[in-house]
Amino acid sequence: METLEIIGAFILLSGSIFIFLGSLGLVRMPDVYNRIQAGTKASTLGTLLSLTGIALMTPSWWSRLLLLAIFIIITNPVSSHVLARASHKAGIKLSKRTVSDKYKAYNQAKEEAEHGNES
Amino acid sequence: MKLKSFIVSFIILMIVWLLLTSSFDLAYLITGAVVSAILSLLLCKRCTIFKGMKLNPMALVYTIIYLFVFIFELIKSNLDVARRVLSPSLPINPGIVEVKTTLKSPMARMILTNSITLTPGTLTIDMVDDSIFIHWIDVKSTDKTEATEKIVKRFENIISKIYD
Amino acid sequence: MINTILIISAGFISLALLFSLYRFIKGPSVSDRVVSFDIITISSLTLIALIAYISGRSIYIDVALVYGLLSFIGVIIVARYLERGI
Repeated sequence: METLEIIGAFILLSGSIFIFLGSLGLVRMPDVYNRIQAGTKASTLGTLLSLTGIALMTPSWWSRLLLLAIFIIITNPVSSHVLARASHKAGIKLSKRTVSDKYKAYNQAKEEAEHGNES
Repeated sequence: MKLKSFIVSFIILMIVWLLLTSSFDLAYLITGAVVSAILSLLLCKRCTIFKGMKLNPMALVYTIIYLFVFIFELIKSNLDVARRVLSPSLPINPGIVEVKTTLKSPMARMILTNSITLTPGTLTIDMVDDSIFIHWIDVKSTDKTEATEKIVKRFENIISKIYD
Repeated sequence: MINTILIISAGFISLALLFSLYRFIKGPSVSDRVVSFDIITISSLTLIALIAYISGRSIYIDVALVYGLLSFIGVIIVARYLERGI
């Protein structure tokens, strides 16, 4: 019983370190898309690890914590994807270090094709 | 076809109810069964989400294998992003690339794109027909087939075993 | 022993909240603020679960569940609003 608690506490500690690294990425990264990359996902793993640690420390709560973890796994990628697409459509620029932007090229090609059909 | 999606959504709702209450009293069980039946009747009039799902033992085995592959990839790529954030020179090389997928069922596509988004380094931005646009934190190649090979293939091979 | 580890992890999560608050105040565009709002929510969700363990009340886990649901809906709504153009 005692060893399980100590293992759970260490897993909780590693999870909180991941959350900290995620917010550090949020401060350091140059543009919105990289911030979404570094921020939301490192903190997702951090939260999952922390919930695992708490479930190991108090085994009778496992069902609700499992529900919370499944909920986070399903909703978090959806919200970060929707946010990324909305920022691209709202015209927020990518940073200067960006190598390629196929999505912009695709959208421009589509717009030109539509214009061609109209005229 | 309708019956199958009804059964699948009923089982999912029932599992959520059992996890939430965490008790096997008869009153709780009956309440949960009635509510899940009504909800899945209302929601699944026209739903086609579970259409391509295979209900056989091999699919279950591959689901478990997929979970393990997914957790391994999640931890590995999180460590990679942590290394990038911590190093002083910030070694990133971002860009948006286009990849192709061969999956057809909407549920399988949702699982694929969610997995791509959850493994850091890659972020799904949009999906048009068969092509997915992905923001990649460290672009190794802008070519369509090579990027597909690097990002999509490791998940797609297993998902295609679970869904048609 | 366990108490010390719990205090250290609560300190890390509070530092994360502080950093995201910095980005929330400074962030040049609306999207930056929404991203940092998302991270603030998910860190405080973990903090609520930690407080539930420390005080020994399982009802706080339900609070965390509803909190996560509301934050998800909030982020989706702001993103839809952005996509239609301000």
